Amino acid sequence: MKRDIILAGVGGQGILSIATTIGMAALNTGLHLKQAEVHGMSQRGGDVSSNLRIADHEIASDLIPFGQADLIISVEPMESLRYLPLLSPDGWLITNTKPFINIPNYPKMEDLMAEIEHFDNHIALDADEIAKNLGSTRSANMVILGAASPFLEIAYEELQESIRRTFARKGEETVKLNLDALQAGRDFADAHRS
Amino acid sequence: MDQKMMLLGDEAIAQAGIDAGMSGIYAYPGTPSTEITEYVMQSKEAKSGKVRAGWSTNEKTAMESALGMSYAGKRTMVCMKHVGLNVAADAFINSAITGANGGLIIVSADDPSMHSSQNEQDSRVYGKFAMIPILEPTNQQDAYDMVHYGFDMSEQLGIPVLMRITTRLAHSRAGVVRKPLHVQNEIHLPANHRQFILLPANARRQYKQLVAKQRDFETYATESGFNVFTDGKDKSMGIITTGIAYNYLLENYPDRLIPFPVLKISQYPLPHDMVAQIYNSCDSLLILEEGYPVVEEAIRGFMDNGKMIHGRLDGTIPRDGELNPNIVAVSLGKTDTRGKDIPSIVVGRPPSLCKGCPHIYSYNALNEALEKWSKGRVFSDIGCYTLGALEPFDAINTCVDMGASITMAKGAADAGLQPAVAVIGDSTFTHSGITGLIDCVKDKNKVTIMILDNETTAMTGGQDSSAFGRIEDICLGVGVHKDHIFVLNPSPKHHEENLAILKQELEYEGVSVIIPRRECIQTAIRHHKEHKKAEAVNEVS
Repeated sequence: MKRDIILAGVGGQGILSIATTIGMAALNTGLHLKQAEVHGMSQRGGDVSSNLRIADHEIASDLIPFGQADLIISVEPMESLRYLPLLSPDGWLITNTKPFINIPNYPKMEDLMAEIEHFDNHIALDADEIAKNLGSTRSANMVILGAASPFLEIAYEELQESIRRTFARKGEETVKLNLDALQAGRDFADAHRS
Repeated sequence: MDQKMMLLGDEAIAQAGIDAGMSGIYAYPGTPSTEITEYVMQSKEAKSGKVRAGWSTNEKTAMESALGMSYAGKRTMVCMKHVGLNVAADAFINSAITGANGGLIIVSADDPSMHSSQNEQDSRVYGKFAMIPILEPTNQQDAYDMVHYGFDMSEQLGIPVLMRITTRLAHSRAGVVRKPLHVQNEIHLPANHRQFILLPANARRQYKQLVAKQRDFETYATESGFNVFTDGKDKSMGIITTGIAYNYLLENYPDRLIPFPVLKISQYPLPHDMVAQIYNSCDSLLILEEGYPVVEEAIRGFMDNGKMIHGRLDGTIPRDGELNPNIVAVSLGKTDTRGKDIPSIVVGRPPSLCKGCPHIYSYNALNEALEKWSKGRVFSDIGCYTLGALEPFDAINTCVDMGASITMAKGAADAGLQPAVAVIGDSTFTHSGITGLIDCVKDKNKVTIMILDNETTAMTGGQDSSAFGRIEDICLGVGVHKDHIFVLNPSPKHHEENLAILKQELEYEGVSVIIPRRECIQTAIRHHKEHKKAEAVNEVS
């Protein structure tokens, strides 16, 4: 078993919180893990990505080979497309549809959505909207993680446990908010998986 | 101790330093090396062991402080990014002549593909130049283990050791198993109290010793177990990898069965017999190394008339940029894999100054003040404000090395360019700008120097700035006239007055220093949060 995951977004959107949650769950399951992060100049509002590799055997490379990623998990729609060369032909694209516009030449939303929908294996959802309805847009990343959860080959309960541990010190309310967000993303994916 | 820790390569090095009895760590922040020192600064174990951990003014002062701690008999580490080693080079090269007393490891983090750097120089060249042993870990566990080994070797052979890592190892996380703790050394001065006096008579003697030790260094590289030969049936090709290139080779053999003989190099000087063994038993060689073709050049030799060798020099591997599993796959004759192309509607998203960043308002005022002159007069430096090169600012014309803004403006002013403007950050100013300012004062140059003081080292994540609160005093102290030192508030509210001062000083026929001062928006948010947290704790208690 192996799951090679590209996490994508814009600097400051906190893609590493998704990586940490998956990572903790993977380690708890006894899996091997490697995670290449982006630090430094690229964090200042530019595009950022992280290579997260999980396997039941020793992992060699810190980087995922082109054309072999199983999943792209993106918290921003245009960024989800930037990493297509890394995705395997039967891989899945999971993305937020809420754009982060900090450049003057951001493409039209309908063009972006057309490109995303052009892709057979995709789940696209407005995680910010879903999170807002649950109580806070700050849990949007956990909505995205929930939408990706059916494809991770990690038990859903392990992800829940990982969220409980990550947010425990922030109080029961925050834990519940993030668990609800995870569930909402999961429900969306289950309803929209073709 | 059996419990695996999930650590970045940088953090593995830091944890190993703490576990191996390191008494101090010195550094100037620089991507991708910063997290080594940050980890030690935040470590409870390091605190309870009273490990000296903090930022130096630049890499040279860091290197020299570390050498001083080694002189006093204690284990110490100095960390920097690859270009930082240029700054530390004088001390670094000479430390090979003095040798070490307490274990001394210099960590230099290279950045091939220039993710966050201005070049992709390979620190192994420096190691060879200094004639000292080099360690180049393959993975996070290697990095951890090699720090322990490196300190031992440094003390046994009386020599500083260079550890060279690259971005992908520095910033990638994996499981690391710790080793038993080593207690810190007691103070003990060098037995030969002239060892560190590099007067020619002493230096000649010391240098002969360094030359004589080369054989020992090679013996260590052969016997340490970090350089590994694995035989293979197919002798049509032998493969030599260095550092993390080995991982990309393995990635291409999911069953881990490589048909070719493989020599994995992680320690230098290159062990001659091990290289000879694979060279002599194979028809050709493929050399996979992250960075410059250092090993490839050594094996080819100047005449390059031996066996067929494939690598970066014959185009089998691109001459520049970092490696990845696909580049290695192609070099092995395997099929490349690639997903769909990036749709053409996807546009670039370059990094940019944060919303509310004080630099925005400094550049707005500067651009407006310079409107009446032709373009091309702003000499800038290394930091967040280098982003002033991008739209919508397009405000700067140079960025070369730490401190070069002031001195390049001086040179251009000497050539007759007026006004000539330097733009430098507070931390870069103390790192390497002060000496240039002294040159300007001495020569009475007509330069306008803007020291953008955001009270931190922002680009690398908000580390302390050495001259916090003392920038004006330094400028006064080195001889800038008090009537030509101005502190501005870079905000929209103060735009008109800032503009007036800039316009006036651009006309001034002497050294003028303008200090726009407002805290970095990122550290301000962080400090605000910490403050609120502290208040909450106070209320509870």
